Amino acid sequence: MKIVVAIKQVPARDSQLRIASSGKWIEEADLSYEINEPDAYALEAGLQLKERNGGEVVALCAGPARAAQTIREALAKGADRAIHIEEDLAAFDPLAAARLLAAAVKGEGADLILTGLQSDDLGYGQTGVILAELLGMPHATLIMQVEKSAGGIRVKRELEDGWFQHVEMPLPALLTIQSGISKLRYATLMGIKKAKSKEVRRVTAESLGVAAAASSVVLERIYLPERNKRTQLFGGSPKEAAAQLVEKLKFEARAI
Amino acid sequence: MRILAVLEQRSGQWNRMSFETLAAAQQMAQELGVTACAAVLGQGIEALAGELASKRLERVYAVEHELLQHYTPDAYCVALGQLVARFHPDLLLFPHTYQVRDFLPKLATALHRVAVSDVVAHRIDGGQVVLVRQLFQGKVNAGVRFAGEGPHFASLQAGAYRADRMIAGTATVEVFEPSIAPAQIRTVPLERFRESQRAVDLGTAEIIVSVGRGIKEADNIALVQKLADALGGELAASRPICDAGWLPMERQVGSSGQTVAPKLYIAVGISGAIQHLVGMKGSRTVVAINKDADAPIFEVADYGIVGDLFQVVPELIAALQKVK
Repeated sequence: MKIVVAIKQVPARDSQLRIASSGKWIEEADLSYEINEPDAYALEAGLQLKERNGGEVVALCAGPARAAQTIREALAKGADRAIHIEEDLAAFDPLAAARLLAAAVKGEGADLILTGLQSDDLGYGQTGVILAELLGMPHATLIMQVEKSAGGIRVKRELEDGWFQHVEMPLPALLTIQSGISKLRYATLMGIKKAKSKEVRRVTAESLGVAAAASSVVLERIYLPERNKRTQLFGGSPKEAAAQLVEKLKFEARAI
Repeated sequence: MRILAVLEQRSGQWNRMSFETLAAAQQMAQELGVTACAAVLGQGIEALAGELASKRLERVYAVEHELLQHYTPDAYCVALGQLVARFHPDLLLFPHTYQVRDFLPKLATALHRVAVSDVVAHRIDGGQVVLVRQLFQGKVNAGVRFAGEGPHFASLQAGAYRADRMIAGTATVEVFEPSIAPAQIRTVPLERFRESQRAVDLGTAEIIVSVGRGIKEADNIALVQKLADALGGELAASRPICDAGWLPMERQVGSSGQTVAPKLYIAVGISGAIQHLVGMKGSRTVVAINKDADAPIFEVADYGIVGDLFQVVPELIAALQKVK
């Protein structure tokens, strides 16, 4: 089974974010980056499928030069090779990003394309489904389990409120993987060493022949949300703060 | 300008978020001086669609087809594509449900558009709708507007609009029968199932102490359990804790877990991702204990302590024992 896993590099989860002076994006200067966590689960699912069924795992990542670090980590964890679309994605809407991914993956003949359910930065939660539509593949989202079946695959899909559903579909197909479905592996020392000699194909929007198209959505500005609710914060030592909180809970909120 | 609210039902039961979307469509229509329509898809749903005849809507479309009985993204996109082609709505609003997340990006892409997903608010600016959505797990807001010709698409976050603001009136119900061929549907949905009966019903708990990523290790959960015990409350968690297997799934609060509204909700080491907030923001009093003063959980908290939970929680337990 040939599996492509689309991964994204995003600012680390605990980053302190500042708005850039353009008002359109965040200040990137002193941020550290990591793999988008939902995509880490998609990679894990891809590696496990390869271990069970054989085949190849190709990591596909669109992002600026710094994304090479995230690609190296995917290779160290066990991806066989990678495709790096060297473009700064901040300005892209999910359709524009998916167009790049679609162009890069077209000649790969993938049986299965996996990605995370959403990104921790833009959070559209759409790229995977859009990619499936652009490639003319069936898709399913929020997948917990993937099994090979006679005519293709059978997947377990998460629904709301504790419900699940199995869905059968032919290959090739695209799945967005639910986070947390298995433990993430660490790269081994051997894996890190091997990653250095693995192939990374570098492409750009231009080399892929993807021209910028007018988007149907325009980002007006980004801003830090104004606090709607005034939180009473208690300072001082932990002991003092705890005492003040208990006092308020008992006599003001009457919650205890 | 025509606004169309696309509502969700399963086996003749409304998804409650549908009414939030309907109320939002009515509100935007009123602000823009236009009228709103609604659509619902399925098989044998004319009676259900008829329930909307008492709402202020220009028209209700009952989109009927036997291949819409069980949801598939392919059949839904074919049907909605035909509805759009026939009635030319300019703006389609959807509840941001798991089902909508599964098909809306496909529908929008087929029509060369980008859907604005997970919208939390809107404003009207110069006769145009500006939508607000959250980036970076709720830490940053973005104002987004549409460009070019419709149709445009947006999905609305749970709780962003209030269903009780629906405006009564009258509406004509019209059946729309799309043409869908079985060969157009590539996926086969099987029966829905649940894995186990829930032993804990967080929905009835008066006090909930909820734990998140900040707890770092499974062994540390005992500390938060102690706090729950000191308050006589139930222990709950955000998704990552349940994913890691540190607490059972039935204790998860959020969009994929339970929705709770206790008298007191204490969030310990929970940053407050949107998915968690929608499950608890109806709580009467919310307390947040977190080391990051910018964490979105403070958006919904009445009281907060910015600090190391491993220092704060033991002091809180001690203080509670003192007032007992």
